[in-house]
Amino acid sequence: MPGKLKVKIVAGRHLPVMDRASDLTDAFVEVKFGNTTFKTDVYLKSLNPQWNSEWFKFEVDDEDLQDEPLQITVLDHDTYSANDAIGKVYIDIDPLLYSEAATVISGWFPIYDTIHGIRGEINVVVKVDLFNDLNRFRQSSCGVKFFCTTSIPKCYRAVIIHGFVEELVVNEDPEYQWIDRIRTPRASNEARQRLISLMSGELQRKIGLKVLEMRGNAVVGYLQCFDLEGESGLVVRAIGTACTLDKLSSPAAFLPACNSPSKEMKELPFNEDPNPNTHSSGPSTPLKNQTYSFSPSKSYSRQSSSSDTDLSLTPKTGMGSGSAGKEGGPFKALLRQQTQSALEQREFPFFTLTAFPPGFLVHVGGVVSARSVKLLDRIHNPDEPETRDAWWAEIRQEIKSHAKALGCHAVVGYSESTSICEEVCILSASGTAAVLNPRFLQDGTVEGCLEQRIEENLPAGCGFCHIPYDELNMPFPAHLTYCYNCRKQKVPDVLFTTIDLPTDATVVGKGCLIQARLCRLKKKAQAEANATAISNLLPFMEYEVHTQLMNKLKLKGMNALFGLRIQITVGENMLMGLASATAVYLAALPMPGGIQIAGKTPSDGSYEQHISHMQKKISDTIAKNKELYEINPPEISEEIIGSPIPEPKQRSRLLRSQSESSDEVTELDLSHGKKDAFVLEIDDTDAMEDVHSLLTDVPPPSGFYSCNTEIMPGINNWTSEIQMFTSVRVIRLSSLNLTNQALNKNFNDLCENLLKSLYFKLRSMIPCCLCHVNFTVSLPEDELIQVTVTAVAITFDKNQALQTTKTHIEKSLQRASTDNEELLQFPLELCSDSLPSHPFPPAKEHLESARSNSGIPAAQRATSVDYSSFADRCSSWIELIKLKAQTIRRGSIKTTVTVEKASPMGEGNFRNRSAPPCANSTVGVVKMTPLSFIPGAKITKYLGIINMFFIRETTSLREEGGVSGFLHAFIAEVFAMVRAHVAALGGNAVVSYIMKQCVFMENPNKNQAQCLINVSGDAVIFVRESELEVISTQQPTANCQQSCAGGEVTT
Amino acid sequence: MTSELDIFVGNTTLIDEEVYRLWLDGYSVSDAVALRVRAGILEQTGATAAVLQSDTMDHYRTFHMLERLLHAPPKLLHQLVFQIPPSRQALLIERYYAFDEAFVREVLGKKLSKGTKKDLDDISAKTGITLKSCRRQFDNFKRVFKVVEEMRGSLADNIQQHFLFSDRLARDYAAIVFFANNRFETAKKKLQYLSFGDFAFCAELMIQNWTLGAVDSQVDDMDMDLDKEFLQDLKELKVLVADKDLLDLHKSLVCTALRGKLGVFSEMEANFKNLSRGLVNVAAKLTHNKDVRDLFVDLVEKFVEPCRSDHWPLGDVRLFLNQYSVTVHSLDGFRHQALWDRYMDTLRGCLLRLYHD
Repeated sequence: MPGKLKVKIVAGRHLPVMDRASDLTDAFVEVKFGNTTFKTDVYLKSLNPQWNSEWFKFEVDDEDLQDEPLQITVLDHDTYSANDAIGKVYIDIDPLLYSEAATVISGWFPIYDTIHGIRGEINVVVKVDLFNDLNRFRQSSCGVKFFCTTSIPKCYRAVIIHGFVEELVVNEDPEYQWIDRIRTPRASNEARQRLISLMSGELQRKIGLKVLEMRGNAVVGYLQCFDLEGESGLVVRAIGTACTLDKLSSPAAFLPACNSPSKEMKELPFNEDPNPNTHSSGPSTPLKNQTYSFSPSKSYSRQSSSSDTDLSLTPKTGMGSGSAGKEGGPFKALLRQQTQSALEQREFPFFTLTAFPPGFLVHVGGVVSARSVKLLDRIHNPDEPETRDAWWAEIRQEIKSHAKALGCHAVVGYSESTSICEEVCILSASGTAAVLNPRFLQDGTVEGCLEQRIEENLPAGCGFCHIPYDELNMPFPAHLTYCYNCRKQKVPDVLFTTIDLPTDATVVGKGCLIQARLCRLKKKAQAEANATAISNLLPFMEYEVHTQLMNKLKLKGMNALFGLRIQITVGENMLMGLASATAVYLAALPMPGGIQIAGKTPSDGSYEQHISHMQKKISDTIAKNKELYEINPPEISEEIIGSPIPEPKQRSRLLRSQSESSDEVTELDLSHGKKDAFVLEIDDTDAMEDVHSLLTDVPPPSGFYSCNTEIMPGINNWTSEIQMFTSVRVIRLSSLNLTNQALNKNFNDLCENLLKSLYFKLRSMIPCCLCHVNFTVSLPEDELIQVTVTAVAITFDKNQALQTTKTHIEKSLQRASTDNEELLQFPLELCSDSLPSHPFPPAKEHLESARSNSGIPAAQRATSVDYSSFADRCSSWIELIKLKAQTIRRGSIKTTVTVEKASPMGEGNFRNRSAPPCANSTVGVVKMTPLSFIPGAKITKYLGIINMFFIRETTSLREEGGVSGFLHAFIAEVFAMVRAHVAALGGNAVVSYIMKQCVFMENPNKNQAQCLINVSGDAVIFVRESELEVISTQQPTANCQQSCAGGEVTT
Repeated sequence: MTSELDIFVGNTTLIDEEVYRLWLDGYSVSDAVALRVRAGILEQTGATAAVLQSDTMDHYRTFHMLERLLHAPPKLLHQLVFQIPPSRQALLIERYYAFDEAFVREVLGKKLSKGTKKDLDDISAKTGITLKSCRRQFDNFKRVFKVVEEMRGSLADNIQQHFLFSDRLARDYAAIVFFANNRFETAKKKLQYLSFGDFAFCAELMIQNWTLGAVDSQVDDMDMDLDKEFLQDLKELKVLVADKDLLDLHKSLVCTALRGKLGVFSEMEANFKNLSRGLVNVAAKLTHNKDVRDLFVDLVEKFVEPCRSDHWPLGDVRLFLNQYSVTVHSLDGFRHQALWDRYMDTLRGCLLRLYHD
């Protein structure tokens, strides 16, 4: 009996009139948790009742505390008939379960009803007394912190980044065809809201358990999604990165904390078994005997032995427990308890993080992605998660093998998504293959060459661009040159990634948002035929999306993409592809060549003229863009530097058909790497259209910039004004003569117009930048396309923004996040437990591994993509050699990092100071942003995760202003409820806010509509920098130098 | 391709002042778009007509949702749905309750009833203000009236407290409510030259001196209704013109004091008895509701017009009125000095304000 939940109902205000006769309401409140319900007295005849109830006490297991939401229902008492429900409030009490977050939830919550929306507010106080039970971490996972932020939260330091955690729960959907059901929609929607609330709690608890098994205490980059599968059920799934975080109090505090784990590690017999899972870093501890010895030969032998098992999903449990026995000591028992599936999780060296400390990323290989088409009605046992688990495991395995082929041992910026239409479901996963710094994975005593390599890479800020794979056996054709920055390592000509721009990257000029948009018609079909059709279309879509991205990137005169997100959406009769990324010019990569147009039949004179006209237009656009984005890289004369460029610049015309008429899948060459100038061949009208559409993308009006990453490369002096917004558009296609071209144009116009509208609406904020622009496409019905955009507009100081030198970028970054100490300290402390990957010197290992495969790349590449069967994965980007799955033994690290508990007294005081005055006349301002920081402010405390799910329905659509009025009001209400919850936790902002789902359905004939919205984010307290002491401007640099110096010494 | 749904929701609610003005002025979305185009916004921003249409629709929808809250401004402050900075909230309220001079002159002093509301079409046609805007302004007057009509305390303060108006706007509304409650006639042709400001000025003086609130601050309706007792008492002033000796004495005292100081002295001397009779009779008649309503008509007929026809400069009018009210204190036979002051101080202020072309 480890917890006591206490709830007090204080008052209500602005209640709706429930009694027409008196124009008043006799309200009372039901407070429900689990199966226990309490009621307040009826407060007669008032729209502003003062209940001032006693403390309702629930004595519950902490398992229930995690799973169950607190349900508060406000009702109108009726003597003669049934009491009418006014509305409900669901309160997630999870933030009260860990010591560093909120201590009390207290404030005005909007009373929400699925039909009427917000109907007044209720003032509630919630507290939890957790009994310190030694055993409490066994049954539940109370205490594990969750963060949506995809980087290490600002006031924490990562002691260990353990790795990937995932979980999935399934339940029957209480209502999958809401309009046709007999039960009232209201009842089933309420059931659905309750169920999803419960399922997210359960999911979070299960993920928490996995984290505890890994000896972590937090999940960063937590992404939870719902799949409304329809008849086969409702799936809630989540992925995240398990970490051991340490709260930063003062710079001095971290040293002892980090020493302890590494000291313990010394005792462990590491040498015998080169187990990559067990690393610890303690930079401050000089370690000698604990040399983590891996000889290349040994590692290679492992590699080859495991390659016999074809993409094996079965973990070598024997080996796993063996290593646990050796190393684990006290954790032996725990490890034995681990289920097989839990072992499997660590098979995946994935990180949902998108931003890392400088130097964490050694090399970035490129984007890896995998897609798979599944039929939901074929799920053998729909109520159990096994089938979906297997699906995802399959996809993750593929991602992993893709990464391997790129010579990378990890995948960063990893995310998963689904698109469902009727019984067909496309599962997608993508990430960026990367080599992580061994310094972060183990202690500093490694081979000299490795050290050297890092040393020379890091200061240059170009290391991550260097290729991780072997240039002699490249997994895909690419055009390599020596790095334009350091001249020592090879770099590709373009780089695509899903992560944020590393803070130490040297960028020329500014970046910009690039989108590839694509529609493909598909015949309506059933079941397997449908899935096959989709599977067949997918590779072409991937190819075209990639081509568009590449063309647009060249047109911008840039050479790298960050934050790449490709969404493929399936509808009844079409597939939509939307890729968004932020293009930049990386100084380390070669200058992109221009785009050349080649006609197929150069006989006709006027045609030639036309071609040359187009060519001129394109060249002009490139020149204009270079000017617009201030891309003027320093001219490097190759002769003077004299560094050997393997292939002298040659304008080799490589004619390549880019129309979809090519039916040889094996020719899917997505690299475009071999040529210096990019050649577009205009061989049919389609291609012509493509060229035209290239040129129709208009740049944002002056004073505006946009990107889909956290911050805009090249802009650094953010001012404090921010405006987060959500914009939704639905268009109806004229059903007549739909062609791919017409569709593409419609879709293109939709996105462009939407962007134009945003620029217009936010014009008063100029100069400003739209950051984290997140487009989501869905196809709610046959002829409807819905695009949802969430982004934040941030103003910046124009004068200072013009400076683009690296130092300025860094300074501004520091200023933006303001948590300079944290930022700089934690990399030094990073160590990795369950990185199920080889932290071997990548060059060596992959030289070997690639060589072993060198004989068969083409053939395997062909076979690896088998689009014939519906259940097939459609892999993409880089067609890869299937490498054998590598079984990794997991060990456990012996870190007992005690979570620093702030004294309750201090907490209370702090809360009192910072809590917005809810009871006062004015409502406290709560900022919302999809970014992980607030410009010009310092986040002082994380209060817990916000994860909310709402359904709104109406049977009087016209009266509520039609679909636009209905959805506008609903989204405004969702924002309001998020803000109210944050304020009640004592916070004044939500960071890493994301609207994960916005499912809108309408039935205009019945005058009905329904919408489901799922949002999440991290509630925080921030303090304006201007309110902090003046030290903040001086301290960072001092700290930086200090900790940098420290880093050098200890490594 | 048609847009089925098109919305933009900001965490901070975007308010475009220009569009707000168009909405308040009662223009339809298409008219508003046309007006914005004419204002040259497309050239300034490089936007397309479609963007403008979408933007205008969006703002209109937002305003429509806010309108419910604007009907009870404190709700706007307490609500959680729209996050609006306080300065913007104030702007929204102030502009929503702002009124057109032309409109307010049409309804000032009329009963805020359904009957008047029916006449809004005519007012709209006459003033060129859209019917929608007329309705909003009329409903605003009525709403404020309903809320404050039975309250204690200062009228302007009550309005300010319940509607969060600025000082200026609260005082204007106090005048509107006061006029509506007492139904002063303001529409007569001879009153057309008077502005709302003139009436509001008079209303403020009357509220300060002639209502119940002027003597007792603890009664309901204290600022709305004139002090009936006071009005009854005003009959006592009749003696000033009825008693011939008193009238002659009064005249000679005023003439002695003003001789050589007044440009229109001879006209004043000739007209004194008429003017005095006019002013005192106005006071004596105020016992009847009908005559209260005609107060401004009477003042203009009995005082403003005679003076204006003799081309009195405003300075002379001021000198005369000062002397006229002060010298009453020297009339030994007159016992109602306090009553006279309460009446004449306010009247003098009003008359000076009303005296212009």
